[in-house]
Amino acid sequence: MIQEYYDIIFTTLIAIVTASACALPGVFLVLRRMTLMSDAISHAILPGIVLAFFLTHNVSSPLLILAAAGTGVLTVVFVELLQKTKLVKEDAAIGLTFPALFSIGVILIARFASNVHLDTDAVLLGEIGYATLNHLEIFGYKLGPVSLYVMGGMLVLNLAFILTFYKELKLATFDVSLAATLGFAPTLIHYGLMTLVSMTTVGAFDAVGSILVVALIAGPPVTAYLMTDSLTRMLIYSVVIGCVNAVVGYWLAYITNVSIAGAIASVTLLVFALIFMIVPNRGLIAIARRHIRQKWEFAQTMLVIHLSNHEGLPEAQTESEIAHLHEHLRWEPTFASRVVKYALNNRYVSQEAAQLMLTDRGRAIAQKALVQ
Amino acid sequence: MQYLSFLIQNYYTLIIVAIGAALLGAVSGALGTYAVLRRQSLLGDAISHAALPGIAFAFILTGSKTSLILILGAAIAGWIGTLIILSIVRLTRIKYDSALALVLSTFFGFGLVLLTFIQRSGNANQAGLDTFIFGQAATLLKRDVLTIGILGGVALIIVLILWKELKLLVFDEGFAASIGFPTRTLDILLTSLLVIAIVLGLQAVGAVLMSAMIVAPAVAARQWTNRLNLMVILAAGFGAFAGVSGTIISSSATRIPTGPMIILCATFCVGISIAFAPKRGLIWDGIRQRRNKRNLKLPTGKLI
Repeated sequence: MIQEYYDIIFTTLIAIVTASACALPGVFLVLRRMTLMSDAISHAILPGIVLAFFLTHNVSSPLLILAAAGTGVLTVVFVELLQKTKLVKEDAAIGLTFPALFSIGVILIARFASNVHLDTDAVLLGEIGYATLNHLEIFGYKLGPVSLYVMGGMLVLNLAFILTFYKELKLATFDVSLAATLGFAPTLIHYGLMTLVSMTTVGAFDAVGSILVVALIAGPPVTAYLMTDSLTRMLIYSVVIGCVNAVVGYWLAYITNVSIAGAIASVTLLVFALIFMIVPNRGLIAIARRHIRQKWEFAQTMLVIHLSNHEGLPEAQTESEIAHLHEHLRWEPTFASRVVKYALNNRYVSQEAAQLMLTDRGRAIAQKALVQ
Repeated sequence: MQYLSFLIQNYYTLIIVAIGAALLGAVSGALGTYAVLRRQSLLGDAISHAALPGIAFAFILTGSKTSLILILGAAIAGWIGTLIILSIVRLTRIKYDSALALVLSTFFGFGLVLLTFIQRSGNANQAGLDTFIFGQAATLLKRDVLTIGILGGVALIIVLILWKELKLLVFDEGFAASIGFPTRTLDILLTSLLVIAIVLGLQAVGAVLMSAMIVAPAVAARQWTNRLNLMVILAAGFGAFAGVSGTIISSSATRIPTGPMIILCATFCVGISIAFAPKRGLIWDGIRQRRNKRNLKLPTGKLI
């Protein structure tokens, strides 16, 4: 019983720390339009891990993380070199590089390492539930799961990098040319960021596997991007959303007994969809309401323009008759009567017997619309 | 003739797999041409990952592992994923790459949830579903090859029928819309054809590597020509070549998986093309630069 609570607490902690560590660099990837680089890196580091394993014969050696991070940066370099030949576009360069590296990794494993514990399933899919099995032990004391320390370290590293180079990162993200002109070395920042992404990906690997790392890196920042225009807020929102996704996903997976990493990714999509629906200004509901409002506003403007066109002229009598408005404006009768109702409410027009008369307000609106 | 029948008897499985891989390479190469030209190379990656929940759902609903049913499920899920990507890009300020990454990873995650659900429900028939993640070309049967041939053939015939419409869509979408072509419908149609090519390949090379089968042959073909018709034919050729050579190499050595080997062969084609293609290739470019340098030298031997 105690063991069970212990596992739940530590898995939750690992999930929270991993989600935060991934969301931070993710914000910059999303803003720099390089989100798919995380996908590429997370696949391409496989041969690095395998080669380091051949050297050390130890699955939990720290050398594996270093080698993987190195391969990750190498992937970025490969993609950029391919692009620089001008023979291949950026998206195609990414699409060429990582499957090739991944294939090499799979072949290496199948050919030389099929009898050891390093199967593609574990690498690709991961399982956070097993992360608590591997404990850090110093002098015989159990100090908690290794993953927690690895991802905690990555979180601190990412946070330190972002806090230290905040203005450099901001400038290099939003205006590369200005950053270069002012001597901020955007290339260095770029590779620094890519190294961190590689290391974070490798670290998170163990827990969630290579494909779902992408959900942790891309999901929360994309969601936060809908909510704010400020970089600081986007960073904070991303971390919060990432943690909520992780905890809710883990909790759902625990209840229904399914893949934890998969559940976290599914919750990420659901939370994105929810925020996308309800967020003010940019959300689907806000967009739909704006469309409806604009439709009625436009119709009312058309009505006052129509009235002002004929105001004071001999035909004004017939043109402003409520019952026949829909013929003049070629509207459906029901639509026309609703427009008239709204226009009366807004005091754009006033009703005198069966006629509509423009108010001063309505006249001003018609004037303004016509001048524009 | 005797030799041929000997070959067929002894290498029946190999021949079936090779034919399947060749057909697959040809179809994905030809359709990939359009994706690469429209800068949607990574859409293939997204579709192949997004297909997973569809495969799992199809299995849960029907309990069958017939490839046609699973392909149908995969196609529907891949298609929904693509539509979500396109509408996120259209309705928000989120860029294409982020929308792709989001849909790719979360759909795949949902697929994993469904797969674990299937596993825990103890369905004895479920073994082998995960070949769709990693692919297992060796499991291709005659009827799978037939499915690939028929569906791929239909997709290619549609491309032929709508050749000029698609060509205009790829190179000048604005003009296509202005002369009254239904560009949105054509866009969705082209994407649907890509979905078909990808889900056909899932079983052979798997979700992770299928994206390369879309990108690599087309990129290789692009280096050799500036004409769309030649590029489509060349891409189909490179794809078929990668399929056959990958299958043969992997069967001639022990423990080399077929899918990754096919991808490496396709990548090899790209490397050769980028280096040696006339006019565009790197070597040609280097020679031209040296010649230009020589021609610019003055009689005194100094550079201008």
